Amino acid sequence: MNLASFLILLPLVAGLGLFVFTSAQLRKSMVISVTILVALGTVALALLPRTETLLGNPLGANLIGDLMFWVEIAIGLYVLYVSVRFKRPLIALLVLAQGGLMVWFETKYGAHLESAHSLLIDRFSVIMALINGIVGGLICVYALGYMREFQEQHGEFKDRQPLFFSLLFVFLGAMFGIVFSNSLIWFYFFWEITTLCSFLLIGYKQNEESQNNALRALVMNLAGGLGFAVAIVWFYTKTGKIDLDALIASKPALVLAPAALLAFAGITKSAQFPFSRWLLGAMVAPTPVSALLHSSTMVKAGVYLVVRLAPVLSGTTVGWLVALVGAFTFVVGSFAAICTSDAKKVLAYSTVANLGLIVLCGGIGTYEAIWAALLLIVFHAVAKCLLFLCVGVVEHKLHSRDIESMSGLVITMPRLSLMLQIGMAGMFLAPFGMLISKWAVLKAVVDVSPALSVFIAFGSAATLFFWVKWMGKLIEVTGPRESVEKGIGATEWTALYTLSALTFGACLFFPFLSSAFVEPYVTHLFAGHTGNIGSDNFIIMIIMLVMVCLFPLSFLNYNRRVKVVDAYLGGANIDTSVRFQGSAGVVRDMELKNYYFSDFLGEARVFRFGVMAGGALVTFLLAFVFFSL
Amino acid sequence: MNQWIRLIIYLLAAPVAGCLLSGLDRRISARMQSRQGPPILQPLYDVLKLWQKEDVVVRRSQDFYIFFFLMLIIFTGGLFFAGSDLLLVIFALTLAAIFFVLGAYKASSPYSFIGAERELIQMMAYEPMVILAAIGMYMVTKDFHVAAIASHRSLLILQLPGVFLGFLYALEIKFRKSPFDLSCSHHAHQELVRGITTEFSGKTLAMIEIAHWYENVFLLGWVYLFFGALPALGLFAAFAVFVFVILVDNSFARLKWQVALKSSWAVAAVLGFGNILVLSWLR
Repeated sequence: MNLASFLILLPLVAGLGLFVFTSAQLRKSMVISVTILVALGTVALALLPRTETLLGNPLGANLIGDLMFWVEIAIGLYVLYVSVRFKRPLIALLVLAQGGLMVWFETKYGAHLESAHSLLIDRFSVIMALINGIVGGLICVYALGYMREFQEQHGEFKDRQPLFFSLLFVFLGAMFGIVFSNSLIWFYFFWEITTLCSFLLIGYKQNEESQNNALRALVMNLAGGLGFAVAIVWFYTKTGKIDLDALIASKPALVLAPAALLAFAGITKSAQFPFSRWLLGAMVAPTPVSALLHSSTMVKAGVYLVVRLAPVLSGTTVGWLVALVGAFTFVVGSFAAICTSDAKKVLAYSTVANLGLIVLCGGIGTYEAIWAALLLIVFHAVAKCLLFLCVGVVEHKLHSRDIESMSGLVITMPRLSLMLQIGMAGMFLAPFGMLISKWAVLKAVVDVSPALSVFIAFGSAATLFFWVKWMGKLIEVTGPRESVEKGIGATEWTALYTLSALTFGACLFFPFLSSAFVEPYVTHLFAGHTGNIGSDNFIIMIIMLVMVCLFPLSFLNYNRRVKVVDAYLGGANIDTSVRFQGSAGVVRDMELKNYYFSDFLGEARVFRFGVMAGGALVTFLLAFVFFSL
Repeated sequence: MNQWIRLIIYLLAAPVAGCLLSGLDRRISARMQSRQGPPILQPLYDVLKLWQKEDVVVRRSQDFYIFFFLMLIIFTGGLFFAGSDLLLVIFALTLAAIFFVLGAYKASSPYSFIGAERELIQMMAYEPMVILAAIGMYMVTKDFHVAAIASHRSLLILQLPGVFLGFLYALEIKFRKSPFDLSCSHHAHQELVRGITTEFSGKTLAMIEIAHWYENVFLLGWVYLFFGALPALGLFAAFAVFVFVILVDNSFARLKWQVALKSSWAVAAVLGFGNILVLSWLR
């Protein structure tokens, strides 16, 4: 058995084990040991000196194929049951369509569908595996402490932790399956498992809201799954092949329609407009689920597929449509994030926006664009995971995840506020990771189509606004406060500290990250092409990084001799900076609130625009597929 | 000229030039308002006096942010005059501005808080146009490096008239001049007391002033780039833009932030983006 199949199987088996053995103590040791094993496995895979390997079927010819077939049928039946139970005929329709298609396809061509190389390991899948193994593993560790506290605080929800942890690990296993699959049938199998797991995890609380949101996620992802199934059949009938690498190596004209359908599946899974609503609804689930869906798995599976397809898409009508979907999503997601004060929602919109940027790169598909896309995937996974996990802890302590309630967090939860700031800096600030990638995207776009750069120009401006005003809220302090940073478990701290270090390390060792993982893949894809952001710019970035890192040092001066006074309130201050005597002797309290542009933009209005623009583009995409029949 | 020499000249000469320009600004404004006006060196006297004042703060760490604002503004201008990548210059400028805004947030006073918020809105208003200006210059010169753009043979303004006008609009915001002096006004006529700088005094306020000197020289340097092929014309244009900004400052009332945001986005989309579209069609 090779390392890749080990990485797929171990979390799946651990998932089954966690479901069967329900003791909390046993769960803790199992989660921690499996996570360590998986993380070590991915690191070992990364250290192995090879560029690209295709692997045959690891366990005998038909055994795995048959097993997958029956599991798929079981999943189909379960989803049918769900559609009947919740009276959603659309779900039944989608699952019958794709299930029927796949059953017909696999029974008709069963003997020929054996892929010569079912697994594929290259630098891109290794990057994805590292993210999945390390970031995803940290989320599982964090969830140990988090879920205990969650169940203590929310007695109204049934304690289903065994199922919860079991699903987390199955999710990780399926994600490994996606990034290592070369056979499209395997890819599709794991793809459907992530759809099912996300449905079950989003609906964890089993109240009406979470069930509705889970069903919405299911519908949208099944629509993508249907596209995937049609793409497989189409590709096979056209070329007689079933392998991803064959698809990518084919002439674009020959396989453009199936590639367009796969890109459509990627767009649904990565929650691009018009399908963004499912990811926003997903935040009703406990925080580890949001972190998992947003950073290491699920949405990353979507962009992984789109970026994989880039060689086929590049320069075609489909490629431009996909790029436009990403570009619109980036702008609309960024502006929508301005309009809400719900911390998790802001993070969700920012995820949608950044995935848009990655999809944009995938659609363009040039050397620089793919380079930027891969880096974006890495930086986004680490920083976004850190932010979600921080917000989860803050929510437990403050009993609110409203950004306005995080005022003065720098005093009340100093370590967490620092981590939040690291995560935010990682998301948008020079010289941190995401900004380097955004810069690379801009350079990639300018050479291909300067017109697309306008999306990045406007989107980045909005990004700036919503992050800085949140940061400002964290550091602003009115009146005396006390620390409430107590009773946070060791597993949470472990995950948070590691992720902070990773966010930081990814910036510091970014040249290494680029030359060891990203460049080999991209130069392999575009033979002979080299060169991106020049080395002189690296040096300047490092100088900037050092300058920013020096900032905390200025706090050594904290106790220097200064005269501390109350803030000016435009009236006579009473005792503190938070109360004053206004005109006519009225005593008033002072409050500081951020701008959310509810009249100027309005979340619903922005969102509606995104759905319409994205919907139009996706309609064009599907119309293109239809007319190439 | 060697990039290091240019850098050193910038570091030494920019505050002098910035100070004189600031003095000239006050003098010209005064004449426009039929006043005598202060001596040209008045900004220097102000800064020297501020430097001797007692340190007064609301929150102990608020001044640290301003110190880094100053450092990063100098760094930004340094990158620019050393001929570095224009996009990197923009990112450094943004980083600097964010430190300024965070300092105002840190001060936790309602006036500086709203000032900070409005400063962010202003940043959001000018940022797209500034990025589009860099992209326009790249499309003409095929290079993002300031050194290469400045020594480009053709006159950039001839191909980038829309981008230039849009950039001028962004400059009005960047100079924090009326009609866009939303976050803090140089004149004592606004409801925000002193906006973003309300709670800064003494040395820290002096640092903000010095940062603006550096910043203004850097911005006028960018105006020069549009005329880089003819240096004399470039210097004249930079000065003309400076006088134009003062004229606008004295002839317009302040706009609401909504209008500022909408109009500057419209300008960026129509003039900036339109110019870029035309250029990419012509190729």
